[in-house]
Amino acid sequence: MFEVLRHEEMAEGSIVRLDLSAPQIAQKAKPGQFVIIRANEFGERIPLTIADADAYSGTITIIFQIVGKSTALLRGFRSGDYIKDVVGPLGKPVEVEKVGTVVVVGGGTGIAILHHVTKGIKAAGNSIIGILGARSREYIIMEDEMAQLCDEMVITTDDGSYGIQGFVTTALQKYLDERFDIKLVYAIGPIIMMKNVCKLTKPYGIRTMVSLNPIMVDGTGMCGGCRVSINGHTKFCCCEGPDFDGHMVDFDELEKRNNMYLKKEKDSLLFAIR
Amino acid sequence: MLDYDIKYLKFKTYLSTYCPHCNKSFNVKEKDHDVLVYKAVKDGEAFDLRLSPYLDVFEVETTRPLAQGDVLDDLLCPGCNQSLVEPGLPCGECGSKVGKITISAYSKLLPFFVCLKYGCEWHGLTKADERHIKLKIPRQEMPEQDQKLRVHNFLEVPYGLTTELAQLEAGRCLQCTKPKCVEGCPVGVDIPTMIKLIREENYEAAARKVKERNVLPAVCGRVCPQEDQCESKCVLGLRDSPVGIGNLERFVADWTMKMDLIKPPLQPKRLNKKVAVIGSGPGGVTAAADLAQLGYSVTMYEALHEPGGVLVYGIPEFRLPKAIVHFEIEYLRKLGVRVELNSVIGYLYTIDDLREMYDAIYIGVGAGLPKFMNIEGENLCNVYSANEYLTRVNLMKAYRFPEYDTPKPEGKDVVVLGGGNVAMDCARNALRCGATNVTIVYRRSRKELPAREEEVRHAMEEGIVFKLLTNPIRFIGNDINWVKAMECVKMELGEPDASGRRSPIPIEGSNFVIDTDLAIVAIGTGPNPLLFNTTPELERNKWGYIRVNEETMETSIPNVYAGGDIVTGSATVISAMGAGRIAANAIHERLSGEAKEQPAT
Repeated sequence: MFEVLRHEEMAEGSIVRLDLSAPQIAQKAKPGQFVIIRANEFGERIPLTIADADAYSGTITIIFQIVGKSTALLRGFRSGDYIKDVVGPLGKPVEVEKVGTVVVVGGGTGIAILHHVTKGIKAAGNSIIGILGARSREYIIMEDEMAQLCDEMVITTDDGSYGIQGFVTTALQKYLDERFDIKLVYAIGPIIMMKNVCKLTKPYGIRTMVSLNPIMVDGTGMCGGCRVSINGHTKFCCCEGPDFDGHMVDFDELEKRNNMYLKKEKDSLLFAIR
Repeated sequence: MLDYDIKYLKFKTYLSTYCPHCNKSFNVKEKDHDVLVYKAVKDGEAFDLRLSPYLDVFEVETTRPLAQGDVLDDLLCPGCNQSLVEPGLPCGECGSKVGKITISAYSKLLPFFVCLKYGCEWHGLTKADERHIKLKIPRQEMPEQDQKLRVHNFLEVPYGLTTELAQLEAGRCLQCTKPKCVEGCPVGVDIPTMIKLIREENYEAAARKVKERNVLPAVCGRVCPQEDQCESKCVLGLRDSPVGIGNLERFVADWTMKMDLIKPPLQPKRLNKKVAVIGSGPGGVTAAADLAQLGYSVTMYEALHEPGGVLVYGIPEFRLPKAIVHFEIEYLRKLGVRVELNSVIGYLYTIDDLREMYDAIYIGVGAGLPKFMNIEGENLCNVYSANEYLTRVNLMKAYRFPEYDTPKPEGKDVVVLGGGNVAMDCARNALRCGATNVTIVYRRSRKELPAREEEVRHAMEEGIVFKLLTNPIRFIGNDINWVKAMECVKMELGEPDASGRRSPIPIEGSNFVIDTDLAIVAIGTGPNPLLFNTTPELERNKWGYIRVNEETMETSIPNVYAGGDIVTGSATVISAMGAGRIAANAIHERLSGEAKEQPAT
């Protein structure tokens, strides 16, 4: 049982932040790793990236968007409630070394994960350009925290209500054209965003890392449900990922596999409402 | 009391008796029933003695009243007037004289003895003749759930033996002086004693006897391949079918579970030593139980949210109800074993961390890495590994979706690739999840199917189609990337390979397509690299499994032991348990510096 220490809703309640008391996981968690959470006895096991970990206070932070039954269920947890199972830290941590200038691109909830990763990239001594994107102003999260880490930061919104109007790719294009010292791009966000970022950086030959979020069950490499095609080879995202070289990822396959249970998700929600 | 050794007769026959001298029958038809009529002599007076021919009744009536405890002077054949008393053979119960008659059992004439003391009900056969008769009692099969009904539910298929059937089955055992069955058991359960205790109706003691050597009797009684182990060695099996040892084991385990009679042994003296067990599958459980009983503080780590390993995520509910696994794990907790769930060793703690915290470590993580065929279209939607499919349905209880949140993988035309027990489990699971047609695709022939005979029979009874000598080449997807068909090629068997199995060769141009909307790949597992990423110094063999000293199960790292599938590759529950026991003994030897046999329960 893992106690919820803090509950916070962001972006008009569509994104939730939970701080959990999990001292052992907090001790070990590194940027880029994730946990698998099962909210209660009937719950599904869902992977959620660790957005922050504090070894001293023994807490981990998860930030997630409400997309289906399980995340809606987790949203109901308030401070003092207990979550049944939290497993982790899982997955390979982000491998960062000093390369020079790194562009970090975050979309929507992806910004929460990007924040933890950026901390790692910053700590390795890189200078950072941040690009944050969302639908509109309300959906930009963790702006201040990111601003502290980035040497330069741009915000884009689809409707232009804040920052530059357009997608993150619009801002990224500008940087790619203007700056020649960019050595690495780190993109975390919706599949379509990561796909477009990779498409954009490919002609420039800039290494682009993405963090994938396939459907998982156990998270330890036992089931193979999270398999993704990397350069034509099948990889298990839970142990060999979640970060991969974006130029090799088959995003279309990932997107289709992630939509596998959409109908079931609806059934499950309908059942819960009834 | 009736002698147990021949109690089985009451279910089969009544006595037809003959005089050993003149061969005239003693059976006399009286109105609607038979009696056996003899001539008895007491105090010089001859009179009729009438016996019931039914062994379980065996009432004695006499025309002259006799007092309890009177012994007849003589027993004569009413036909030839010769004495039936057998000199030199006393009654097995009271030591009085006995009369020898001939009975017909299973169209054989055999000598049979009855006590001449009034009130003593002893009667029996000679040891050698008992054998003759016992060979003829057929093996008692377990009653099973109807095949048409069971494909719609997840209840267990075999119901287990009833007390009567168990008695009958236990009666078949010859109680060999040099029992071969024990040799066939990887954990060395004292099978003859267990069966003897069953005959004595002392089921609790029988269960305790099993539990001494096997901490998971209810599990092993269900999933062990007994036909390749203890039962394969049974001498009865040479001419007939062997004693149903597994069924009896299951019977006593279930009986005590129902009666809630299993009590943990007294807490041994605590030793100031700590042992970590990684993985709560059958091997880990055995090692943990053995070590806890020796007085070690044992902590068992499990990566999933429920203890039991393959017993909870792999083996389906209808083959091994999860309540049984919980019951057995509860016993482990009573022994004082600490169970730490949600702990992935390799991430949460590394082996090095554990070595600092514990005096010894046992690795029983299993071979948890699903193998794929590496053919085109394997990543299409609704193509599952057996591990994922079974984990979803069993562990996550997807079959009760939407009550449980994990979605149930569904399909109408299901194909399962592979021919092992796991493939059978997947196929039968799919049927219960609502599939119309389930096909098992296996590249060799029926004879080479690695699954247990019982599993294959159950699958066939339930209407699962076997496409043998068939190998898949690719999966074909539809426009939204879901699997819609599978292309296969026909195979023929060539020369035997290194393992002795004939290797299949594809027949050119024999390609055909099977329609399917759910495919499950059940072609085995490999070693999961998770543990090795942080402990590269752990030596492994060429297949990637951990290399151990086979006598002690110790790995290349001192005081770190390993066993089960992570050492041998995919095998059985019981072989993992055997490895767990060897390692537990070796750990004890190392930590205490003394060689000691198994603890008495």
